[in-house]
Amino acid sequence: MSHATGTKYLKDGVLPHMWCSGCGIGVMLGAMLRAFEELNYKNTDTVVVTGIGCTGKADDYLKTNALHTTHGRALPYATGIKAFNPKLHVVVLMGDGDSVTIGGNHFIHAARRNIDLTAIVINNFNYGMTGGQVSGTTPGGCYTSTTSWGNPERDFDICALAEVAGANYVARETPYHGWELKELIKEALGKKGFSLVEVFSPCPTHFGKNNDMKQTREMLDWLRDRGIPADRYGKLSNDEKRAHFATGKLVDRNDPDFNTRYEDTRLKAARG
Amino acid sequence: MQGNQAMSEGAIYAGAKFFAGYPITPSSEIAEECSKVMLKIGGVYMQMEDEIASIAAVIGASLAGAKAFTATSGPGFSLMQENLGLAVMGEVPCVVIDVQRRGPSTGLSTKPAQGDIMQLRWGRHGDQSVIALCPATVSECFFMTVKAFNFAEKFRVPVIMAPDEIIGHMRENFSLPTPGEVEVIDRKKPSGSPENYLPFAADKDGVAPLASYGSDYVFHVSSSMHGPDGCSNNDPANAAWRVAQLHRKIEMHRDEIVITKTFSAEDAEILLIAFGATTRSSRAAALELRKRGVRAGVLQLITLWPFADKEVASLGGRAKTVIVPEMNYGGQMAGEVQKVLGGGADIRRVNSYNGEIITPQDILKAIR
Repeated sequence: MSHATGTKYLKDGVLPHMWCSGCGIGVMLGAMLRAFEELNYKNTDTVVVTGIGCTGKADDYLKTNALHTTHGRALPYATGIKAFNPKLHVVVLMGDGDSVTIGGNHFIHAARRNIDLTAIVINNFNYGMTGGQVSGTTPGGCYTSTTSWGNPERDFDICALAEVAGANYVARETPYHGWELKELIKEALGKKGFSLVEVFSPCPTHFGKNNDMKQTREMLDWLRDRGIPADRYGKLSNDEKRAHFATGKLVDRNDPDFNTRYEDTRLKAARG
Repeated sequence: MQGNQAMSEGAIYAGAKFFAGYPITPSSEIAEECSKVMLKIGGVYMQMEDEIASIAAVIGASLAGAKAFTATSGPGFSLMQENLGLAVMGEVPCVVIDVQRRGPSTGLSTKPAQGDIMQLRWGRHGDQSVIALCPATVSECFFMTVKAFNFAEKFRVPVIMAPDEIIGHMRENFSLPTPGEVEVIDRKKPSGSPENYLPFAADKDGVAPLASYGSDYVFHVSSSMHGPDGCSNNDPANAAWRVAQLHRKIEMHRDEIVITKTFSAEDAEILLIAFGATTRSSRAAALELRKRGVRAGVLQLITLWPFADKEVASLGGRAKTVIVPEMNYGGQMAGEVQKVLGGGADIRRVNSYNGEIITPQDILKAIR
């Protein structure tokens, strides 16, 4: 069998894409489309829902159904689609602004409902599209165009948030590990219930430039060196944990998803 | 039946299969009713985390093929504005019920008002037209909700139902129609080859066919400026065409959309122009005036937007005095009447903004 390229889901003549060199969104998109191909997804039964920002531009490259929404609200739009037509594969692409800053409330409630969607979050630690401002995932002390003396606030751990809110599947990877990323996305897509794949991604144009990683390569190296597979990460000391992050599959459980529970409730209603 | 319940019943009659909402006084009975009915008719009821998510889920479900709606009041309606703009831009049929209560802000949450008239029209950023309807009886709550869905489906627009709290909570008798008795319109679906489907290429009626996610027709919908294929398109010529088309499809069907009723208005020297609960006080005031030998009548605006300019010009132009009673401070609708009739017309505003209804006596005072 030849390797999946995912190109059959790409519109004709859209490459090269718009994202900066060194950005992880293209790698994520490639991994997602390869996963689509390996799972034999059809354009007709797939809906990609996007938010606003760099990641939110992804729908323009796709031949699948797509809904380009408002900032932070991609998940409730996707929830309406999936709740009404459970047969559809619904995939939500968001940045860190969309998912856990402006859209944080929707994120935890989508996970709590365990609605059968796959959310892929590109976390590049800042608002790339608007010029590199601070976001809810900018680490404390880091420099952005609105934290010139370092970020006084703390950052969210998106994966931990999804776990405590009730997601069935949680994973994290970097664009340095393209094959692993594709495998994780594939597993997330196949998982019933709310699944999250967080992609720690370089933003050399803004976050890297503002934090002594001007070269495209440097931020990718920074992510590569700090990412540790979850089983090994678990054995690190607390100090070492703070300097690193866990990659790979972090949560895998099989709680009933929203539509299953809804069907059960419908049966109760039918009985009166 | 209660007004709020009649609107739920109207939605179900029109074929609604999806409701997403967030509880808020004085609209909650609509959600409660839907939470019971939707599960029994194979539909979906969802209580979302807020009103932003509610309207988003409604739009998502509509694109998946559902006739979908939500219900709220002032604070929730404010939260819905941005995503309501997507329904305009993405041409997604849906219905929003805004049971108006007295503000500003939390205000008097259980008391009526008609303070959202301009928000209905201009609440969203950008530049767009909407359709807004306002019932004055429980029967109209039912029939105008069916109409709201019909307009939404036919023109691919969000339609807002904007009763005030009095109408939402009032109880009256009326006869429910049997299935088929009242016209129910479904959105136009594409019929050509799926490869050639353009979800934003308007037909002669100004409206493009809309497929559903999951059908053979694959399509994109976008909040961003888009071409006929639904994908991003920043060409100025395309933007100009798109913005104009969103307005035009409502303008070209204006006479079908604008619904008014008149009560002894044809020969009226004193014309009361009213909507919602103030219609009832206006009718009582007009009857009282007729008893006294004064030729008074009422023009009831059921369609608030687009504004009934022709009807106001015709009847208002013949009257000596026009009175516009409304439950807001400045006379939001009176300003529109003034625009049509001109600065020389004798237009009197009767306003209440204390959470109480305008009585017939309040209106009669304006004439003395």
